[in-house]
Amino acid sequence: MPASPPPAALAVRGLRKAYGDVVAIQALDLEVYSGECFGLLGPNGAGKTTTIEICEGLLAPDAGTVEVLGKQWSRDGKALRSRLGIALQETQLSEKLTVEESVRLFRSFYPSGRTVDEVIGLVQLDEKRTARVGTLSGGQKQRLAVACALVGDPDLLFLDEPTTGLDPQSRRQLWDIIDNFRNEGGTTVLTTHYMDEAERLCDRVAIVDHGKVISLGTPRALIASLGAGHVIEFGVDGSPDVDEPTLLALAGVKSARRAGGSWALQVTAAHETIPALLGALASRGLPLTELRTHSPTLEDVFVTLTGRSLRDDA
Amino acid sequence: MTPDRASRVKSTAGNTPAIGQLTLARFREFYREPEAVFWVFIFPILLAAGLGIAFRNRPAEASRIAIVSGATNAPVVDSLKKASGIVVETLDDTAAATALRTGKVALVVVPKADGGVEYRFDEARPESRTARMVVDRVVQRAGGQKDPVPVAETKLSERGSRYIDFVVPGLLGMNLMGSGIWGIGFAIVDARKKKLLKRLISTPMSRAEYLASFLFFRLALLVIEVATLIGFGALVFGVPLRGSVLQLVTICVLSSLAFGGLGLLVASRARTVEGASGLMNLVMVPMWVFSGVFFSSGNFPQAAQPFIQALPLTAVNDALRANMLQGASWGMVSHELAIIAGYLVVCFILALRLFRWR
Repeated sequence: MPASPPPAALAVRGLRKAYGDVVAIQALDLEVYSGECFGLLGPNGAGKTTTIEICEGLLAPDAGTVEVLGKQWSRDGKALRSRLGIALQETQLSEKLTVEESVRLFRSFYPSGRTVDEVIGLVQLDEKRTARVGTLSGGQKQRLAVACALVGDPDLLFLDEPTTGLDPQSRRQLWDIIDNFRNEGGTTVLTTHYMDEAERLCDRVAIVDHGKVISLGTPRALIASLGAGHVIEFGVDGSPDVDEPTLLALAGVKSARRAGGSWALQVTAAHETIPALLGALASRGLPLTELRTHSPTLEDVFVTLTGRSLRDDA
Repeated sequence: MTPDRASRVKSTAGNTPAIGQLTLARFREFYREPEAVFWVFIFPILLAAGLGIAFRNRPAEASRIAIVSGATNAPVVDSLKKASGIVVETLDDTAAATALRTGKVALVVVPKADGGVEYRFDEARPESRTARMVVDRVVQRAGGQKDPVPVAETKLSERGSRYIDFVVPGLLGMNLMGSGIWGIGFAIVDARKKKLLKRLISTPMSRAEYLASFLFFRLALLVIEVATLIGFGALVFGVPLRGSVLQLVTICVLSSLAFGGLGLLVASRARTVEGASGLMNLVMVPMWVFSGVFFSSGNFPQAAQPFIQALPLTAVNDALRANMLQGASWGMVSHELAIIAGYLVVCFILALRLFRWR
């Protein structure tokens, strides 16, 4: 029997925010369930940071309502703050303090929470506890930022681009920390422009573009909505090039898109389309310069929805 | 089934007062920055030592004069050579003119065949005028002049009226201003630029406690600053401390808070260290010049005095000097204390109104 929907940890309705003439968010709705990891996925400038900062109570919206853990910023701001953990996109903690001193400082702001030792252990900075913040690597600084967000034992964790600019190992370490928080029942809202991060971490994803949610669902459902079993990418040498109608006429092709010097085809089954594609190119005397296939990702969802790549302007 | 986090009992183990941690953070940020320690503690002492040595009270300087050689007036020449307070060189006419022009001598004496003397000197040079008076007195006495009025002299060098006595309270005032404005202003603008302020207000931290931590830090540092500078002045140069200690502490605490308020105000909106730096100079440079740190503010024209007297550092310096050098009563410094307290209140109210946390 399907359970009734869990209570919302975050409910956003009709959100709008403009900076002068530039509309950052227009009519944005979101609902994040208690205990899930929710991702706001979109390119830079899509309005992710503005959205999350309004939810964090750091920005006031021009219109719309925000309910966090059933409370509103205008009435319960102070009480809410002690139940949230926040890591901003680019905070530089004081470089002269040590890891331990920084965590202890943040712990002192909260009426209750985890111990300093516990949090430092959670983010695996035990060896660095007496090191000055200024000497930490990017990944260590980011883990410290998450430690400062976790030290108040929050019910809801906001992470704005937690792994941007980090090396693969540091990213995986942060993913583990976020997984653990979720496994303990905490709710996480994170923004990212990495589709693999959203697929790996998030129970549900909202794809945001130009200040609007253009698609919402589990990563699996969003990818399935493409109806494509595979994506074929290929490039040909020489002009005249192939044209879109020709490609769409091939067996199993659902969509064809030109991206830079190559084409991307969403197909139901690669083993049906590839022979047809090779035949079509051979009959025109066009030599193939590259051919790749991969399972569809959130990136393909984004491209299908917007006609642009997530990383176009990253 | 995940636990209901909202109803879970949360741990208060490891709770520490935020104001304590914030103030500790201020200290750590300060003493882990060696340059800051130098400018706050060492620099004022070096400055006081340098000024104390440069302007130490010396015995009255001898007048250096030249007598043109080939003198025919022996008694005058002899008496000048014997007189105390005069250093005589005998030079020919051209050499004497050169020595006078280059400042090696203050006066050239040309004895005349008729028993008279000619003085050559530049009336615009004070040491030349002094030399003329000293030399003329010797010359006239050698000629037989007697003083009609008997004179007795008592020579004094009183503690409290020397330059070092004047400058130590001034340096203390300047130091209170500099560390208040720089110490608070730069730290806050830096935290704003690094988005640390924004991060802090996203926690339940009390904003008032954050700002208060800077004041507690300033007050604690003040004890060390005042003690080192006054202690140095008193031990090395014998600068007097004639006023009540309670009054001195009151002046220093009030001044430090007022300059801290000014620092908060200057830093309340600036987004870059460069911008704040310009504002701080705009605030501080006029006070370095006008407020009587190195020389009396009375040197400036009467028309400028209302402006100068209204500057906070003028009030601080006047109050410190009244306390240390004159042992002033509370009534004598009440006007200055009122000005300082006025700045404190106005700057804090404005700073809190204008303060930008993001």
